[in-house]
Amino acid sequence: MAEQLVFDADQVTAAVAEGIEKIQGASTLEELKAIKTQYAGADSAMTQASKAIGSLPAAQKKEAGKLMGKLRADFGRAYGPKEAELKEAAEKAALAAETVDMTLPINRKPLGARHPLAKLMEDVEDFFISMGWQISSGPEVEAEWYNFDSLNFGPDHPARQMQDTFYVKGNQAKDAAGFVGSNMVVRTQTSSDQVRALLTRGVPLYIASPGRVFRTDELDATHTPVFHQCEALAVDKHLTMADLKGVLDKLAVAMFGPEAKTRLRPSYFPFTEPSAELDLWFPDKKGGPGWLEWGGCGMVNPNVLKSAGIDPEVYTGFAFGVGMERTLLLRSDINDMHDLVEGDVRFAEQFVMGE
Amino acid sequence: MPMIDIDWLKDHVEVPEGLTYEQLAKDLVKVGLEEEEIHSSQVTGPIVVGYVVDATPEPQKNGKIINWCHVDCGDEWNETDENGNKVPRGIICGAPNMKAGEKVVVTLPGAVLPGDFKIEPRKTYGHISNGMCASERELGLGDNHNGIILLREYGFSKAEYDALKPGQDAMHLLHLDQPLLEINITPDRGYTLSYRGVAREYHHSTGQPYTDPAVALNEKAPEPSDYQPGTKVDIDIEIDDNNPIHGVPGCDRYYARVVKNFDPTAKTPNWMRRRLTRAGMRSLSLAVDVTNYVMLDLGQPMHAYDLDKIEGPIVVRRANAGEKLTTLDGKEHELSTEDLLITDSPNGERGSRILGLAGVMGGLYGEVTSETKNILLEAAHFDQVTIARSARRHKIPSEASRRFERGVDTALQPAATEMAAELLARYGNGEPSDFPNDVNNTPRPKTIHFKATEVARVAGLDVDINRISDILTDIGCTVAGGGNGEFSVTAPTWRPDLNEPCDLVEEIARLVGYDQIPVSVPPAPVEGLVGLTPNQLRRRRVADELAEYGMVEALSYPFVGDEDYKSFDYDPAATKKVSVEIANPLYGDRPYLRREILPTLATTVQRNIRRGIENVSLYELGHVYLWDPNAPAIPALPGGVRPTAEQLAALDAGLPDQPDHVAGILTGLAEDEGWLGGKRPVDWSDAVEAIRRIAGRIGAPIELDQPAAEDVPVQWHPGRAARVMVGETFVGWVGELHPRVNEALGFPCHSAAFELNLTALFATLSGKPVQAKPISTFPPVKQDLAFTVDSTVSAAQLEAAIREAAGANLESIELFDVFTGEQVGEGKKSLAYAVVFRSPDKTLSAEDSDAIRQAIVAKAAELGAQLRA
Repeated sequence: MAEQLVFDADQVTAAVAEGIEKIQGASTLEELKAIKTQYAGADSAMTQASKAIGSLPAAQKKEAGKLMGKLRADFGRAYGPKEAELKEAAEKAALAAETVDMTLPINRKPLGARHPLAKLMEDVEDFFISMGWQISSGPEVEAEWYNFDSLNFGPDHPARQMQDTFYVKGNQAKDAAGFVGSNMVVRTQTSSDQVRALLTRGVPLYIASPGRVFRTDELDATHTPVFHQCEALAVDKHLTMADLKGVLDKLAVAMFGPEAKTRLRPSYFPFTEPSAELDLWFPDKKGGPGWLEWGGCGMVNPNVLKSAGIDPEVYTGFAFGVGMERTLLLRSDINDMHDLVEGDVRFAEQFVMGE
Repeated sequence: MPMIDIDWLKDHVEVPEGLTYEQLAKDLVKVGLEEEEIHSSQVTGPIVVGYVVDATPEPQKNGKIINWCHVDCGDEWNETDENGNKVPRGIICGAPNMKAGEKVVVTLPGAVLPGDFKIEPRKTYGHISNGMCASERELGLGDNHNGIILLREYGFSKAEYDALKPGQDAMHLLHLDQPLLEINITPDRGYTLSYRGVAREYHHSTGQPYTDPAVALNEKAPEPSDYQPGTKVDIDIEIDDNNPIHGVPGCDRYYARVVKNFDPTAKTPNWMRRRLTRAGMRSLSLAVDVTNYVMLDLGQPMHAYDLDKIEGPIVVRRANAGEKLTTLDGKEHELSTEDLLITDSPNGERGSRILGLAGVMGGLYGEVTSETKNILLEAAHFDQVTIARSARRHKIPSEASRRFERGVDTALQPAATEMAAELLARYGNGEPSDFPNDVNNTPRPKTIHFKATEVARVAGLDVDINRISDILTDIGCTVAGGGNGEFSVTAPTWRPDLNEPCDLVEEIARLVGYDQIPVSVPPAPVEGLVGLTPNQLRRRRVADELAEYGMVEALSYPFVGDEDYKSFDYDPAATKKVSVEIANPLYGDRPYLRREILPTLATTVQRNIRRGIENVSLYELGHVYLWDPNAPAIPALPGGVRPTAEQLAALDAGLPDQPDHVAGILTGLAEDEGWLGGKRPVDWSDAVEAIRRIAGRIGAPIELDQPAAEDVPVQWHPGRAARVMVGETFVGWVGELHPRVNEALGFPCHSAAFELNLTALFATLSGKPVQAKPISTFPPVKQDLAFTVDSTVSAAQLEAAIREAAGANLESIELFDVFTGEQVGEGKKSLAYAVVFRSPDKTLSAEDSDAIRQAIVAKAAELGAQLRA
């Protein structure tokens, strides 16, 4: 049986006042919650008084209800801000406790890196792709016909000797000059892809062939027996040396910035006529801007077109080749070829995924 | 390559006063003669003219006689005596030709001679020698070290000699302060292997007046067509070529002229010796020096024979099988029937005695000697191919062969001989004959039909037709026609490289200037596929993915040899049989090309480890080369003609297969040691993850097929290696390297690796767009299933069984636990999977998922797997 509740206005008012005072003094959320339970919980004077209103005479009920409403509001007005205040303080303390030194090095997984030369080749490919050209590739161990004869280097051509070629040992074939060989070389130039592309793709043709080439040069600060070239070949009606110069200038800008440009010097290559050495105006050259050798180029020799069965009276073309190592050495101020070929991770890691 | 001396160049072309070698280099490069190097003088002064006031011979204990000399070096350089008077310098000189009254060359303290020879005052033979009287060799002017330079003998006129004053700078006098320009000659410009040719090119570049020396010489040379009938010529000549190469006779002109009563003791004038020495040639004797001098000046290789040792007729013929020749350098050569010989006819036996290998090198017999009084001069024109092959065959690239194989002027022989004869007459009192013999079968120069519009069509240059004609005339062509814009052009005899219209276009373009060509960018037609091909894109993705996985890309040389085979436990004999072998390898111990990337990449990893780098993980994309010993021979085909389809097929059929591979080697820690802790050494799983990421990136459904230990290749760990398959296609290996391999390479144990054939891998991919499945929005049912199974059953087998049984409602399956041990029993392992079922079209009921689960358990039981409680 429940105890008879008695409404005592003074007592409940005093209790609430005491509660409000305790709220002001609370210093933790736990303490605050306990006060709430004590002064506004089910067993609190306030709750008891509210329940007791029911047993008052009707005339006093209104008065008592009003008082209780005021007391609840007073209590709530005290409680709410205090709770917010303590919550904020608690959160602050918790965050302070979780504070770390964000400058600690975090390196659970190594970053990894592309080889800058491989990445540069992709950049060069992208340059040609952006002009609507295609990227082609050919074998590295190549028939001499593609590496030399089709490019107007006859078997007795002096230039065939000037190339420092790696020959492939063979046991069956004799070359056209009667020397026993395999009629195979490790290609000395990516130009070996020119006639392959003309034969398989036909004209008009706009291709770039980036790839590995080989010459019998000892590794030193500026040479390596295995290196990379990008060869470009365009064959169409109405192409002239002016088009060659235009594409070269654009490539120079793509590789070396808006101030870069190119210059041609008369030279000789069996597969081009006219032929030219390609010089680059390099704005960031050590010791001031200046001209540097960059590659070779020219108008496709009619004999090369004939090797692919294309009529040189109707079609003209231009071709050029630039060394990728040289391009990278210049761009990135690398002084020693050894760094490019030795595969030391510290070298590639400077470049990470590009430049 | 040729050395250019401005002093010599001036013989044929005017040059501005004070022309520097730097400017000369710039002028020549404009027309295509590239600078190799400007060689600066190796001598620094002071070096002055000295007058020998007295020379007192002082015999020494060792028997030598030393001269104690006083040499007047002019007030500026003389010594000062105790009274403050200038007196001649005291100099010790051991040269036998030192005597009072001579003007000599004195190198003074502070001078530096070639070989970093510093001149300083030094105490010797009881005197202070305050300088040195120099020999030719000491100054780098030649080989002569028999005595000091006596300026009296140095080619000055009497007036010039008298004008030489003590103290005068001798550096300039002897050209010691002169640099030299070394240029590169492209193979088409044989005529510029001469001062005559370089001077012409200098004229083309600068417009400076040029005089072709051959013109006047040709006019002076006796003209055989003027001979009276019955005139006896110097020597009979027969050209008898029974084996021409490509149908071209080996010799189409042979010109011979006698110089009689030559003084064999005559000396080469000093100016000529100086020029030869500066050109890099040794001075040998007047007769030989003259032939070399004429070659350098005009470009015609010459030979001088001792006429008295030779019996006519001279026969120019091919060698017979089995013939041998010892060349001037003392080497014996077995001759080929392609070799062209100069022979004479002793005792009437025609062509029986070999005098030399035509155009390459003379033999030991018949050469001029220090006793030769009557000289036979030879100036011939030989076929480029014949000479090139002989020089290559016998490995004797000579100055003569270098010129003949690039093409010598076919009209130069009388002029060159005239010049040589004049020099032998002037400096050796020889008497040139008036009846040289000239056998001349040189073909008439070809006429090139040339449309003026070709210049614009090919070079993009707009050049006036008159200017075209002028330029062609200036380079020596004969130009006819032109009225209709078309010319008949005959190239000069020294330009065998001008054969086609495009050759003439180049001449016009280079003389107008390549810088005058306009600039345009051609629009490429957009036809067919544009952009990178699917395989090119895939290759990039593979390369990028491995870098993103934390590996570093390398590009190793593809050369391998025994050491690599040994490290990888390959059978060397079997491997070599199927490897491409380089005939002339740069690295003798690595003459083969790799069949796999791993061995060459391993060398790169090793290099890093040896440099103290830890946790090296490298990868490489590149080709490997698979030699087929049974492949057909590749034919030799001519250029300039499109081969037939069969011929093209034959070219490719003989080539080795060269697939594109990717390989990786992982060593050290997979996860770095650091303040965070949690380091983890690399093992097989890191290599598997690498290839799974590659495969995932390019959408290749790879599976691993782990063979029995005995079927694993020797370089792999027999229990930790698997074949990588796409369906039935084998694409590579992945796993840990065999502990022996890791040890041999100095790698940490458990170092892992992979090698995939990208060509084969990419070929399995269709490249078609992904066909997407609808995404179900019904709720998933998640279950864990743990099986105990024989350890011989692979995870892949069990997973495949689960997938098959679960059917279309299986959304995902993930292995979350693997363990072995007592709990599961010997020879068993436990594999625990988290599986998610979800139906595309309904909410799965408890009965549905139970049914799936039972199907899985039943299917797994076929593999002997038991569901763990």
